[in-house]
Amino acid sequence: MTIEALKEKITALLPSVLFEEGGQWPTILVEPADWHKVAVLLRQDDSLSFDFLFCLTCIDWKTHLTMVYHLDATSYRHNLVVKVKLEKVNPAIETVSDIWQTANFHEREVYEMFGVNFLNHPDLRLLILPDGWEGKNPLLKDFEDPINMIKL
Amino acid sequence: MVEEIGSTAAGDIIINVGPQHPATHGVLHLVITINGETIQKVEPHLGYIHRSIEKMCESLTYRQFIYVTSRMDYLSSHINNHACALCVEKGLQIEVPSRAQVIRVLMDELTRIASHELWWGAMAMDLGAFTPFFHAFREREAINDIMEETCGARLTMNYMVPGGVMQDIHPNFQRRVKEFIALFKSKVNEYNELVTGNIIFQNRMKGVGNLSAADAISFGCTGPTARGSGVSCDIRKLYPYEIYETLNFEEILETGGDSFARYMVRVREMSQSISIIEQLIDNIPEGDFQAKTKAVLKLPKGEFYQRVETARGEFGVYMVSEGGTTPYRIKYRSPGFSNLSALDHMARGSKLGDLVAMMGTLDLVIPDIDR
Repeated sequence: MTIEALKEKITALLPSVLFEEGGQWPTILVEPADWHKVAVLLRQDDSLSFDFLFCLTCIDWKTHLTMVYHLDATSYRHNLVVKVKLEKVNPAIETVSDIWQTANFHEREVYEMFGVNFLNHPDLRLLILPDGWEGKNPLLKDFEDPINMIKL
Repeated sequence: MVEEIGSTAAGDIIINVGPQHPATHGVLHLVITINGETIQKVEPHLGYIHRSIEKMCESLTYRQFIYVTSRMDYLSSHINNHACALCVEKGLQIEVPSRAQVIRVLMDELTRIASHELWWGAMAMDLGAFTPFFHAFREREAINDIMEETCGARLTMNYMVPGGVMQDIHPNFQRRVKEFIALFKSKVNEYNELVTGNIIFQNRMKGVGNLSAADAISFGCTGPTARGSGVSCDIRKLYPYEIYETLNFEEILETGGDSFARYMVRVREMSQSISIIEQLIDNIPEGDFQAKTKAVLKLPKGEFYQRVETARGEFGVYMVSEGGTTPYRIKYRSPGFSNLSALDHMARGSKLGDLVAMMGTLDLVIPDIDR
């Protein structure tokens, strides 16, 4: 499917989403409340069938956080980037680990590094950081650690 | 039937494997719930070698941050560096001279062979055979010597820079690579005679750690781990970078989905890499080995993503730039992290002794997982 056809298809399925221009792949912006519903559609629609979530991460923009999901369809080889804007204070979003199992580990990583709360996640605990780091989120821009951090 | 006590059923025993355990090849800690000898659950505890490389990169310039990535998947350090260099080049729209492109691909493929050699030796050692390790290291040593001559290092090479490679190849490079090819070809049959055809190995690997194609995709498995389940996922073929679309090589697929299939993918991949090297070694174009770039690199505002195929699978660099001299945010999508997440699913219901065969064929490199 060409990029234009993919965009048309997504617009027909999800009339409310907005496209962001300028990226390497088509990028859509989704509201946090709609995300799980949209994810199910993207995974299950026969002509989209985004079955491979190859990257899941978060960006701290100081005023807000942005969740970024990179999707690939192994049968059609088209890609899509989904961005979801979250509040800076108590960020929360629905998990997608029930749709893509790889999200389980990736969401745990984002949970500890950015403090994003993934609702209905089966096992939301620290993964990489040692016990006692709950609430301290190293990848946030305002994180300070005078003992472990070396500044150049 | 069994009585539930908390979350652990009666008769279940929890054992720890690692963080210091020879079979985990590094500081991986697995908390395993077993009942008798049957695995109920495998829970990886990560982070023993976590250095927060992503945070570190936020304060390093576009020339500096590449060196840190050699320390993630240290067996694919060239390919990690390559991904980062490509990402910066994508942002700055730098044309890389064709000489540098060919040198990069040669280095990538030599790295892939060296990585698979080490895996092959370690895999056999996990299953109780010590000799193959020495056979594998004999050939790997030749690659390390080639690397040492050209890059000045044997493991963390830091050879690729934005715009090309750091310095030209050593005058001996072509001769020594050809010597290596001859050496490898004369020895590769030993691998199959020693291990592949060995009935003890086959019995330990066949039907162990089954992973279906659908699960491999869902868990985000890539590289030989997914290709052993018949999932076509070679980035060199699907989303070609550098000069891979002009090269003639085969994407190795096996459909068994078990440890033996993953083993076969890696063994067969080494010969494909040899074929790529043979196509290029006499055809290194003359010219510059590095494009002219500014001393201080400033990427335009935006985001850039580069996918490459390392020895372990798909490695991704997601770079967000705000227009400064350092990246605003970098995310490394490491293949080992996703491959490891499938281990619990693969291991449930199997015997404890088979876990080593499964971990061996996942080819885990812990710094790549922890970052």
